[in-house]
Amino acid sequence: MTSMHRSGKARAVPYNRVAKISMAAMLVAACGPDEIVEEFVPPEPVENRHVNILYWQAVSTMNPYLSGGTKEIEAASLVIEPLANYDDNGEMVPVLAAGIPTRENGGVAGDMTTITWKLKQDVVWADGTPFTARDVVFTGEYCLHEEVGCSADASFTDVEGFEALDDHTVRVTFSVAKPVPYGPFVGAVTPIIQAQQFKNCTGLRAPECTTENFGPIGTGPFKVDEFRANDVISFSANERYREPGKPWMKTVTLKGGGDAASSARAVLETGEYDYAWNLQVEPEILEQMLAAGKGEIVMGFGTNVERLVINQTNADSSLGPERRSLLLDGTNPHPFLSDPHVRRALSLAIDRQLLVEAGYGPTGRVTCNIVPAPPIYASTANEGCRTPDPDEAKRLLDEAGWVPGPDGVRAKDGVRLSILYQTSTNSVRQGTQALIKQMWQQIGVETELRNIDGGVFFGGDPASPDTYQKFYADVEMYTSNFQGTDPEFYMAAWVCDEAPGPDNQWLGTNMSRGCSAEFDALVDKLAVTPYGEERFETAKRMNDIVVENHFLIPLIWRASTSARARSLKGVRMNPWDSELWNIEDWHR
Amino acid sequence: MAEQTYQDAPLHEHRSLWMDVWLAFRNHTGALVGVGVFAFIVLAVLLGPFLHGIDPQYLDIQARNAPVSWSHPLGTDNLGRDMLAQMLAGGRISLAVGFTAMLLSLVLGTGVGVLAGYFKRLDGLLMRSTDLFLALPLLPLLLVIIMLFRDTLRAALGPETGIFLLIVFVIGITSWMQTARIVRGEVLAIKEREFVTAARSIGTRERRIVARHVLPNVMSPIMVSATLGIANAIITESALSFLGLGFPPDFPTWGRLLFDGANFISITPARVIWPGLAISLTVLSVNYIGDGLRDALDPRLRGT
Repeated sequence: MTSMHRSGKARAVPYNRVAKISMAAMLVAACGPDEIVEEFVPPEPVENRHVNILYWQAVSTMNPYLSGGTKEIEAASLVIEPLANYDDNGEMVPVLAAGIPTRENGGVAGDMTTITWKLKQDVVWADGTPFTARDVVFTGEYCLHEEVGCSADASFTDVEGFEALDDHTVRVTFSVAKPVPYGPFVGAVTPIIQAQQFKNCTGLRAPECTTENFGPIGTGPFKVDEFRANDVISFSANERYREPGKPWMKTVTLKGGGDAASSARAVLETGEYDYAWNLQVEPEILEQMLAAGKGEIVMGFGTNVERLVINQTNADSSLGPERRSLLLDGTNPHPFLSDPHVRRALSLAIDRQLLVEAGYGPTGRVTCNIVPAPPIYASTANEGCRTPDPDEAKRLLDEAGWVPGPDGVRAKDGVRLSILYQTSTNSVRQGTQALIKQMWQQIGVETELRNIDGGVFFGGDPASPDTYQKFYADVEMYTSNFQGTDPEFYMAAWVCDEAPGPDNQWLGTNMSRGCSAEFDALVDKLAVTPYGEERFETAKRMNDIVVENHFLIPLIWRASTSARARSLKGVRMNPWDSELWNIEDWHR
Repeated sequence: MAEQTYQDAPLHEHRSLWMDVWLAFRNHTGALVGVGVFAFIVLAVLLGPFLHGIDPQYLDIQARNAPVSWSHPLGTDNLGRDMLAQMLAGGRISLAVGFTAMLLSLVLGTGVGVLAGYFKRLDGLLMRSTDLFLALPLLPLLLVIIMLFRDTLRAALGPETGIFLLIVFVIGITSWMQTARIVRGEVLAIKEREFVTAARSIGTRERRIVARHVLPNVMSPIMVSATLGIANAIITESALSFLGLGFPPDFPTWGRLLFDGANFISITPARVIWPGLAISLTVLSVNYIGDGLRDALDPRLRGT
């Protein structure tokens, strides 16, 4: 019964449309017979002002302060906006601010301890109330509240306080001289939320405010109509958006779920969706999908680097949870990966060009740096890694006393070079794993591969043994990047103290547990070094320390890669900020 | 002289039960074809690697996505691994997992079913625990078991043997419930039949009654669930591998080959067709063998 009813309804629609068109024709006819002959043109197809976006990792909340996942940050960027963001060239552009404060225009104080933002006049929230400096101050205090596990903490490093000087001026004070004070409220990671809406959601109540977290009121081009956690979000245009005539699109549907290959197919082959995010798919599959002619690839090289993280602590499964993969002030070293010769040999054996060809094609490039961009920060000291040298690797291992045993696996004092190598489940990653396994086999290193579902691996659940923070393996592989163009906060994450462990609920960020006193000192130096040659050199030196110590082995510089339907215009891939940063300009 | 008489009257030749079964089985065409196909698959995966000596895990990056050729009779995958070698190696694992897990679940299921059906005082306890297992959400349970024991077994027996045992155990222990229920139902009906009463009246021990009179009569449902169990085990194994909880990702099994090939279906269709065909043929042939065995084992059907 239901299905008959439905099909009957579906058929009725075209009939109605025909009726309307003939009505229109009759109206025209009433104007005069001459005009009909001249002006009759076939009716234009109805303009499609709806865009379907596919994120194969589903969005769980619209409040990026409570998640920190790329998918949440990017979905929220349709609704809530920061004071400034980065454009597709990595340049900072004002959004809710009237301009970018600098030392030249007096926005940044002479002693570099304060930054003063002037806000745009006449910006209103989607509910009609004016946007003021109080909202900015509220947002800052919301994230810095001690009881909130704010995921944007890093952007607020060294912040002492916020102050609304008047309705449209905000001052952020730092506890140290901050030559690059563009952490708070810059980029999609730290958008402004409405003080009125969230006033009862501070501290411990933050995660409980589901209505607010699922439907924040914003100043952005769209507003949330319906939010279904981990499934689909419907947006409609914010009619109070500050730029007249924008957004061009009237409605947006953002759907989550599936995997990279199926979402690429939905845009490129079947045309069900207009935009699909993060296509980590084998190049030959992408090429073949592109042949269908329904869509195109948009990509931009930002700072995404697929890397191997080498565990510096003992991850042996026979160790209990009180020792396994814990730094313990360096008293728990890895049985063989703590030997720098072994780490260097592992890096030397890898033919990165082959990894790019097999898994990435035009969407990846060989890199020898963990900070590959922007050019001012990209070191040139490590280019040797571009040519693999297994013979040198073998020589190094021989020299360090690791000699091949009867099974071809090198060993010293009963310790075999046998590596457990984990990553998330994705066919490109498993391909890379298999290739690296074979490369290591050639220098006498045995590898066992393990893949873990991405939801678990990146899920950060402190109770799970399989997260990338726990790192119960010898080597792991994933991609990471930083927002904007300055790597200060990104690299500060690798100081010795940040090694994950129970003391920081396994939320530490120094995954390799590698420690270098020189690196830690340079982190402090970078924080107080102003833009200029010295800052760039300091950052490069930090990159070199990490790479030369082989705590992290950079493999592939990955482009942010998405697919768009051919009919969708105005998409500008932005690898420095939210990919959806200019959705108000998308049109057909 | 006596021998002469027997030869003259072949109809009265003494035949064992199994000879009877074989004669009936022989008349079942589907079952015979099934035996042929199944024997071919088993022989191929056992002997094939000796004839086709390429290492299934060797990556020949020059020969990526290669078409069918003499050196790669089924082509290669996107990393240059030989498909035939992977099929053969994968078959060994998949068949071993399928059979061992099936046997385990069969023994468990039949045991629980017969005990529950035959001994009334065990019935409540055993069937409630069967209900308990049925009510458990299987996948989360599998995840927990594997999470808890993977590292221990890996350390003790190595990644491959350890995970093989774990997977077989895990699949076996979570798929015996249907068999147990069906068997119990049959046993309940059979133990009230006259021949069981007769056996009991002449003082046959319970153990003998179960072994001689009850078990042969519940053979057919057991056979059916066994054949379905193999297919189930092969598929569960591939789901586990896909979730990253089964064998390591470079360790070929039919299910994993199928999953990995799915995205390449229009570039190299062979990557999906061959493992898919192998799983289907195995399951189908085992089903037919089961069908034939059931008919042959059932005295009522055998008579006609």
